[in-house]
Parts: sequence; C-alpha cells; structure tokens
Amino acid sequence: MIRVEQIRKHYDDQIVLQEIDFQVEHGLCLGIIGPNGSGKSTLLHLISGVEPITSGDIFIRNEPIRQYTRKELSQQLAVLQQEGLPPLGYTVREVLEMGRFPFQNWMGKDRMDASELIEGIAEQLHLSTLLDRKLDELSGGQRQRVALGKVMVQQPEILLLDEPTTYLDIRYQLQFMDYVRKWQRECGLTIIAVLHDLNLAAQYCDQLLVLHEGKQVAIGTPNDIIEQERVTQVFGTEPIIIKHPVNGAPQILLQPQEQGIE
Amino acid sequence: MKRTLLLWGGGGVLLLLFTVCVCAMIGSVQIPLLQVPAIVLHQIPWLQDVFPKTWPNSYEQILLKVRIPRVVVGLLVGACLSLSGAAFQGILRNPLADPYTLGVSSGASVGAAFIIYFGLQYSIVGQWSVPLVAFVTGILTLWLVIRLAQEDGKIPTERLILSGVVMQAFLGAFVSLLISLSDKTINEIMFWLMGSLSMRGWSYAGVLSPYLIIGFVIVMGYSRSLNIMALGERQAAHLGMNVERTKMIVLMTATLMTAAAVSVSGVIGFVGLIVPHLIRLLVGPDYRIIVPLSALGGGIYMVIADTLARSVLAPTEIPLGVVTAFIGAPFFAYLLHRNKKTRRSRS
Repeated sequence: MIRVEQIRKHYDDQIVLQEIDFQVEHGLCLGIIGPNGSGKSTLLHLISGVEPITSGDIFIRNEPIRQYTRKELSQQLAVLQQEGLPPLGYTVREVLEMGRFPFQNWMGKDRMDASELIEGIAEQLHLSTLLDRKLDELSGGQRQRVALGKVMVQQPEILLLDEPTTYLDIRYQLQFMDYVRKWQRECGLTIIAVLHDLNLAAQYCDQLLVLHEGKQVAIGTPNDIIEQERVTQVFGTEPIIIKHPVNGAPQILLQPQEQGIE
Repeated sequence: MKRTLLLWGGGGVLLLLFTVCVCAMIGSVQIPLLQVPAIVLHQIPWLQDVFPKTWPNSYEQILLKVRIPRVVVGLLVGACLSLSGAAFQGILRNPLADPYTLGVSSGASVGAAFIIYFGLQYSIVGQWSVPLVAFVTGILTLWLVIRLAQEDGKIPTERLILSGVVMQAFLGAFVSLLISLSDKTINEIMFWLMGSLSMRGWSYAGVLSPYLIIGFVIVMGYSRSLNIMALGERQAAHLGMNVERTKMIVLMTATLMTAAAVSVSGVIGFVGLIVPHLIRLLVGPDYRIIVPLSALGGGIYMVIADTLARSVLAPTEIPLGVVTAFIGAPFFAYLLHRNKKTRRSRS
C-alpha cells in the first residue's frame, strides 16, 4: 500500500504540485491523468524518490520514503519510463540481469540465483528467443517489452509507469498493458501509472486521479471520473463519452471543431 | 561474461608477457629474446638453478637497472590512463571523454611548467619536485572544476564537461605563456608536456603501483554501476544506484590515477581515449570486461609505443605522445571500419 499525504513541490518559487493527498490499496492500479504540464510526471518522480519533496510525505508500508536508502526503495518500487531503453549493445539477458542490481552486493553477488527468474520472465514476455540478441537489433516494441522484463526481474511491490505506451502502435499498446495487468493479478502488484490516453486509462485502471494545474481535482473509479463536464473543464475540449459495448468502461470519442480554430 | 573475460584476459596476459620480453630485448645492446625471461627468473632465489647464468653481467645490469623498470613504469602509466579513460567514458556517458577531460592534465602541466620555468625542478624534494607539484596542481584543478560545475549539491554531466573544457583552455593559455616567456628552457617544458618515460627507475614504479592497484579495485567494484549508468542517470537511480555518490567516487578515483600517471610521465595523450574504445569494439559494452581489459591493453599499448619512441630514431627519443597517436589513430580507424562492415553484413 502506498499513501501520499499533503505533498507540495516547489521549484525555486514556482509551485508545481500542491495539496496532493491519496492512497492506493495493495493490488490496485491508479491512473494519473491530466493535461500537459499538470504535474503528472513530477508526481511520479516524487514517489520514485528521485526528486525531493518540498513538504508533506509519501509512505510505503507506513514508512516515509525519505527513511529508505536508494537501494531499499528500489527493492520495493520499480519505474518504467516512456522512453524505455536506449539502443545499446547489451544483450537482452544482460539488460534483464540489470534488474537484479538492487539485490546485489558490491561484489555483484545476488541474494538468490536469478537465472531461473530471468528465464521465466523472458518466457512470459515471449523474449526467450531474443535473449542473446542485442538491444540495438530490436524493434521499439520489443525493446519496451525488454524494459518491462527488467522491472519484472526487480520483483517490486509497487510499479510506477510513466506513459509507457507513448511510442508504441495500438497492437503493442494493448499487448503491453495486458502483460502489465497479468503481472498485477498474479503478483498482487500495486501500480501507479501516468497515462495520457484516457481510453487506455479507463480500461486498465481501477481508480483515476485527475491533476489540473498542479492540483488534485478528483479521484475515483473511471466511471465517476470520465464524465462530460470534468473532461471539458480539465482538458478544455468537448468530447463525446460513450460506454464500451463489451466491458462498459467509459470511452472518449474525439470531436474536431467543425469550423476549425477561431 | 566470465568466459569472454577469461578468454580475452588470458590472451591479454600472454600478449603482455610477450610484449614485455620483446620490448626489453630491443635497444642499443640487443639481448637474445629467450634470455630476457631467463635473466628475470634467475633473480628469484629458488629458481636460480633452473635458469643457470649463461649471459654476460652487462646484460643483467642493462635489463634490471634500465629496461625492465622503464617497461614496468610504462605498463603502470598505460594501465592507469586507459583504466581512468574507461571510467570517465562510462560515468560521463560521453565517447569523447578521456582522463584529461576534467582538466587534470592541464593543471598538472601548469605546475610542472612553472617549476621548470623557474629552474626549481631539483630543488624542493630532488627528482620528485616536478611530479609532486604536478600531482598537487592536477588535483587542485579537479577540485576547481567540480566547484564550478556544482549546482544544488548535484553535478550535472554537461556542466562538468563544459567546466573542464573551460579550465583546460585557461590553463593551456597559461602554459603557453610560460613557454613563450622562456627561451632557454623551452625544450624542457615542451618535452615534459609531450610525455616521456626515459630515466624512470624502480622508484617511480613504486610510487605509481598503489594508485593503480587501489584505483583498479574501486573502478572494478563500480563496473556494474557503469553498465547501469549507460541506461541513463534516472534509470540508474530507479535501479537503486546512488548516482551522485557513484559519480563522485569514480571521478575522484580516475582523477587520482591520472594525476599520478601524468606527474610521472608527463601528458601522454590518446591512450586513455583510444584504448577503452578499442576494447569496447572488440568485446562489447560490458564494463565488467572493459575495465580489466582496458588496464591490460593500456599497459601493452604504452610499452609498445615507448619502445618505438626510444628505438626508431635512436639515439634521439621521439616524444611518447606523438607515438601513441601515430600508431593508435590508424589502428582505431581500421577497427571502426571493420566494425561497420560486420554490422552491415549482419543486418
């Protein structure tokens, strides 16, 4: 479980985030949505501990994260960024092994023999045949799967996703989110995901948090959150909202203005 | 990973021993190749009977007092420079980084040029005056560069590189000024700047080796961190690495090694830039392999370059920095070309 209590973030005298207060129960997926510049990524950086919080606290297992060392935090929490992995000359196996870094001592010795874990995860993600290929020989979609594999090898309790599907086509977007959901269900993973695609967010998240100009506007189930008035107010566009014919999740149809921009 | 390391490492050690023997053989007095290892092994008490003395005394004198110490100092300097080159390239994630990027060599040069200009090179602590002053000014320069680059307790890589470049330019101008002001001592400053291993005896090897050994252990310990660093600083932090601390420790270690090497041999360019790249082209991007092989490769490369420097135009010695660049650049170009070809044929 993760709890965010009244956090604020300033850069010099500019306020980027304020009055953020929520919690995510074990095994659930919280989606953070909001327009560009609303502070979504900053919030994720605060939770992942790479940026200091100005005031307020974030608790993981009832311990404020500033009490954790960098290494301890990484044993609990993994992050997958939108740009994924750079095209380097490492093999897929070597990159997956990097996921064990938080569990290795300075000699590089792991707490457990990770080879079985790595091969199991590679099989789940259909990467087994690619294990000895180099990262720079893979496609973007395959590379993002390797990035997912690397955080799975980390065996975290909490996963932070920062627009992980941005550079993927629709097939890989769905495939990626399906892998994540399967992992969530099997391991009771808690997820906080910044997603800019509202339809994807409504399909895969149990709860949605809306950020607007650095403030928390609303939090609730996708059905409560994705509604005409709120989307219009926060995103400044008037969409058509319908129910998904199969699973009932709210989905947004985009509607261009007939006369163009005035 | 272990297999690659054993294979290349084993081959490297054999090449190293062979190179040492060949390079110790060459000189104004030629010593037969097989007698070189025999003379060395003869010095070990319980091997004296296995390698009975069949050579004139003069060979032993030349080898043990002149050539072997010079070869050993060459090995140490080369290893220090290319090891810290690998560390710099890894931590700064910049292929153009080398041990001199942060201005250590320029700082050391100013100190050395200053001492030589005022004719103080044998005054303070005898033959150690230039090395000592060069070492201190080199480290001081790094401290200044880091202070200049620091921003809210962090050291952004771009700022660090820029600060280093600015400092190099400034201190370089200072050295040029000293050179232009001095007329009779011009050659001595210039010669120090271009690097040389002549007249470096066992004591220099003794001074350098602790830096190499301790530096090697530390950089090796951080080799996995350098791998992770290649994914980007943020991802490295997400994987549990204390990025700022790692940067500081690796940069300090590499700088101390560089300063020690430069103060002993002068500024020998190219080794620290090219050897790690060469190793990377041969064995791939894993720093757990690059780090030890860079040390090995740097040593071999330096000994070969130094042998050429002292023998090609004998009795004149060519500045070592000139030789390292002369043989290094074409070889590197060849490897780059070959690498391009294999890449094409693969895809």
